[in-house]
Amino acid sequence: MAYSDKVLDHYENPRNVGSFNQEDEDVGTGMVGAPACGDVMKLQIKVGADGVIEDAKFKTYGCGSAIASSSLVTEMLKGKTLNQALDIKNTHIAEELALPPVKIHCSVLAEDAIRAAITDYRSKNTTADEGYDACHTAA
Amino acid sequence: MTQVPIYLDYSATTPVDARVAEKMIPFLTENFGNPASRSHSFGWVAEKAVEEAREQVAALVNCDPKEIVWTSGATESNNLAIKGAAHFYASRGKHIITIKTEHKAVLDTVRELERLGFTATYLAPMENGLVDIEELKAAIRPDTALISVMLVNNEIGVIQDVAAIGHICREKGIIFHVDAAQATGKVDIDLQTLPVDLMSFSAHKTYGPKGIGALYVCRKPRVRLEAQMHGGGHERGFRSGTLATHQIVGMGEAFRIAKEEMAAENERIRALRDRLWAGLSGIEEVYLNGDLEQRVPHNLNVSFNYVEGESLMMAIKDLAVSSGSACTSSSLEPSYVLRAIGREDELAHSSIRFSVGRYTTEADIDHAISIIQDKIGKLRELSPLWDMFKAGIDIRSVSWVHATESHREPENAAA
Repeated sequence: MAYSDKVLDHYENPRNVGSFNQEDEDVGTGMVGAPACGDVMKLQIKVGADGVIEDAKFKTYGCGSAIASSSLVTEMLKGKTLNQALDIKNTHIAEELALPPVKIHCSVLAEDAIRAAITDYRSKNTTADEGYDACHTAA
Repeated sequence: MTQVPIYLDYSATTPVDARVAEKMIPFLTENFGNPASRSHSFGWVAEKAVEEAREQVAALVNCDPKEIVWTSGATESNNLAIKGAAHFYASRGKHIITIKTEHKAVLDTVRELERLGFTATYLAPMENGLVDIEELKAAIRPDTALISVMLVNNEIGVIQDVAAIGHICREKGIIFHVDAAQATGKVDIDLQTLPVDLMSFSAHKTYGPKGIGALYVCRKPRVRLEAQMHGGGHERGFRSGTLATHQIVGMGEAFRIAKEEMAAENERIRALRDRLWAGLSGIEEVYLNGDLEQRVPHNLNVSFNYVEGESLMMAIKDLAVSSGSACTSSSLEPSYVLRAIGREDELAHSSIRFSVGRYTTEADIDHAISIIQDKIGKLRELSPLWDMFKAGIDIRSVSWVHATESHREPENAAA
């Protein structure tokens, strides 16, 4: 498998490996994929009171490009609002890592992980998150 | 310091032993004659070398040199044996029995015969990789004409009880073929006592050159075959084509060395393999694939739970080994051999075949162990499945969300 230097770099030196406490109110957790498919990604975001993602962590069971995709995503997420985070598409990830065509599904899974983590966070923090957005709309 | 990558893939192929290469060279340059040339000394010299090599190959497996037919390798030997016998004995019946864990050169050949109107039974081995003899007996039908079972499995190294199967075949008048490509120099083969009709050999698994092999065709009782390669009637009509003298000389020398040195070599190699297993079995959640006792001394096939196959291969790039997973496409194909012995896909994907050989050193093994211990640890630190295992969660009890489908909808709707 001919991987780009960026994939190899993220694979060799993965960024933001680890976990937050899943029970914390300010943490959103997304777990996507399945062991039988060869990829499982767990992505966690920690969201500040201002609705900005302060920190992100991941753990991934999968091939080199799955590990690289999730590692890259944790870097991309920091400092973004939830809505900005939802704008990250698999194509951005695939382009940034120059993924070979057979590995595009890894970037799709990473995008899914972002969505799943945000969905989880929002389900815990319905009022806060929506309140923030409502304020903005009102202003 | 050990040189990397460390070659631990001797079941894939072996280097040509320097003694073998040296013996081959004159037959490329000076003694280039065609062994079929009967009218001059160039031909006579080549013919003498070919017949000497035939004796050397026969000696390793204790058969008559007249029972050895040169081929291009074990794949051709398997094709000639299975197609040749199936067609010749088609009047006896058109049913073939083989095992799901055979090499593709056997499985695909039997499939081709099915396409031509033969029927086949593919037996699943037991969990230890061995054939259940009673199950094999039960699969025999009145129209079973041929059974093909390998002596040593290429992936998990288990040794089948071909003597027991051979006796059943003789009793029932069924032709019995054995693929022994992985066995020469590892397992004692005595064709004077083994009730086998056809046996395939390869040179390059036993420190000989690639591109040469042989088929044993039993003369007592006499086994007949329909030739698959037609031409000048070489090899008593079994296999036409000018003999590759230098390759044949190489195979002869390689098998001579194997006969002479295999007892001592296997003892040394077994110690290295056991040292490797001692180092790896200390890691948590490691599974050995295939029976440890009924196994060739140089093979170790291990699955590492909770790490994914391809990233494992990337992590141990300093080790030249084989993986139980073909990760060339998006649809991962786990090893069919490991599947057939009942390994679940995840474990099949994260399996590695280590095969030790003539030039493996203790330092190589120790270095390999330390690389694997280190990398498995790193990958598990990355693995959410390892966390779940450590938290006591049964991964099979989790209902996995296939987020890919549910989250694709908005984009599809827009398209």
